[in-house]
Amino acid sequence: MSYVPPEGPGSHKTISGLEPETEIDLGLGSTVSGTSEIASAVGAAGMWSPDALLIEHRSLWGEIWRRFRRDKFAMVGVVAIIILVLVAILAPWIAPHDPTKQYDSGLTMQGMPVGPSHEFWLGTDTLGRDLLSRLMYGARVSLVVGVLANGFALVLGVIFGLTAGYFRGWAETLLMRMTDVMMAFPIILLAVALVSVLKPSIWILILVIGIVYWTPMTRVIHGEVLSIREKEFVDAARLTGCSSARILWRHILPHLVAVILVYTSLGLATTILFEATLSYIGLGVQPPTPSWGQMIAEGQNYYLSAPHLVLYPGLAIMITVLAFNLVGDGLRDAFDPQQRRR
Amino acid sequence: MSTAAATDGDTLVRVEDLRVHFPITSGVIFQRKVGAVYAVDGLTFDVMRGETLGLVGESGCGKSTTGRAILQLIRPTTGRVLYEGGDLANLKGRKLRDQRKRMQMIFQDPYASLNSRMTIGDIIGEPLLVHKMGSTAERKAKVRELLETVGINPNTLNRYPHEFSGGQRQRIGIARALAVEPNFIVCDEPISALDVSIRAQIINLLRQLQREFGLTYLFIAHDLSVVRHISDRVAVMYLGRVVELAENAVLYGEPMHPYTQALLSAVPIPDPEAEERRRPVVLTGDVPSPVEPPSGCHFHTRCPAAREGLCDVEDPELNEVRPGHWAACHLITGSAYPHIRAGEDDLAVVAGASEGGETP
Repeated sequence: MSYVPPEGPGSHKTISGLEPETEIDLGLGSTVSGTSEIASAVGAAGMWSPDALLIEHRSLWGEIWRRFRRDKFAMVGVVAIIILVLVAILAPWIAPHDPTKQYDSGLTMQGMPVGPSHEFWLGTDTLGRDLLSRLMYGARVSLVVGVLANGFALVLGVIFGLTAGYFRGWAETLLMRMTDVMMAFPIILLAVALVSVLKPSIWILILVIGIVYWTPMTRVIHGEVLSIREKEFVDAARLTGCSSARILWRHILPHLVAVILVYTSLGLATTILFEATLSYIGLGVQPPTPSWGQMIAEGQNYYLSAPHLVLYPGLAIMITVLAFNLVGDGLRDAFDPQQRRR
Repeated sequence: MSTAAATDGDTLVRVEDLRVHFPITSGVIFQRKVGAVYAVDGLTFDVMRGETLGLVGESGCGKSTTGRAILQLIRPTTGRVLYEGGDLANLKGRKLRDQRKRMQMIFQDPYASLNSRMTIGDIIGEPLLVHKMGSTAERKAKVRELLETVGINPNTLNRYPHEFSGGQRQRIGIARALAVEPNFIVCDEPISALDVSIRAQIINLLRQLQREFGLTYLFIAHDLSVVRHISDRVAVMYLGRVVELAENAVLYGEPMHPYTQALLSAVPIPDPEAEERRRPVVLTGDVPSPVEPPSGCHFHTRCPAAREGLCDVEDPELNEVRPGHWAACHLITGSAYPHIRAGEDDLAVVAGASEGGETP
């Protein structure tokens, strides 16, 4: 582990060995050298002296953020996501054209889409609509569906995982076998079946993706809870008289934050991709609302004459998914410095 | 079964025929019970008010399970745990939580026993909060007072556990246990995970707190010399049962049960001449699996004095062999005990000889 000097006034060289991190992980070496200061301040008699106040306090989250910030790939991902979110929010103001308007100047005399030009920066689609504007509006659909569907899956996964892992018994058997069955099911087929029974709309899409994707989160949370509930601090909490609800909320859930953050960012990549897939096969957002998957589907017949119709939406999907994956990996490394590969 | 009560003093905690069996199951959806681990298999003893009862035994003999079962962290399979006469094993929910104000635990691993996502102020203040003791300001004052009591700078209450050393964390764990002002504390190997240099400090702190607050301890350890140092009475466990229970000096001076004798004879003496004369009783074989404990006396498979047809058939009861001295062995009748007292003058164990820590 490399050491980042403490920042700001009032920082002291005395703690240079102290790497505040999940205690045991880093081995005792650094902890001991850091805490020996406290030990000497406390003194042999077990009494404390004001010298102990000199030790700088550092929060766990601060340290995680410090590590995350040093990860260049993750920061690229963060910047990409910020740009994406800004574009999606500001689309009505920054889009050069109306995404659904069919421009006469957007088609050639033969009725073919035009390539990139001064008027249409990325060219137009088969109906003469501005591709750039459609991409910008498509970002809205991707992000809204991705975030909400993932949030839905997250809530289900955390509730099911906590219940199964903490209370065990028949609830665990029921929930985890249900998860196994769901995972064994071909999810595209399930989603297609669900969407075709219900009327396709953005809300149905969110619901369906959420239902399809709660299983991985449930499994991960379940496994984590199984190990955390056996820790002595949970026994200690029960002994002090905490109710189950309080133990789950105050003692177990805070230890799941790392896992939840990592799997949410990785899950966002998956759900955004899944939304594109469903839109591509025509079960997603319905025209004329633009979405990236649907844009690829519409443009694929023209890939020889107008490759930009497939290229740009494809790039948009790729960059978005990659960005979320990079952030997810970066978060995982930041939370668990022992497992980092670099 | 008779109870191993001391002749004087009053009983704070009485354990009656306590059994904890962990089922071994197989099957994916429909779990069948295919066996059980007999972790604690018929324990009976009393803990007197104000005393320290040491509980020693090898790893895996059920010491920690006993401590946890007494506090109802693990529900006993059968048997009763009476706290001031009231049975804890039947209590649930609110009533159990109210009883928990009276008894606490100090854990073995100071790294695992503190929630790393809470400040130590929150950790120590939580028992006060859940039992609705005092206002926010009063609780904060109490937390500072507790920290000072255990020798931690009260100004550090906004720090997280990772900012403290093992010994300091154990002090914080002790402060948490003291927060609800309990009478009875189970110390589950509180020093075995600590550096040797820190152990004495924690032991002395525990003794000081006992004097100050009139605490009663059940002190679980595998380190004979530490138990001798801190205990008033000592119970020796073997494979889920108490084999001998006596006052400290009596148990270490005149052990009756063959297992206790073997255990004590294995402790080295830090005196070259005495050590030269020490004749350890070497037990053969391993501790049998608690999944299939031996029939009759659990110790008969390794006992150098075991008698066929008696020890492997009949369960020995824990009898009061002499006033205050309880032992579970068929071969002890009246004063005519002892069978294997090899090198008996050397059995005196010198405090300070340590076995070395068991890693958590």
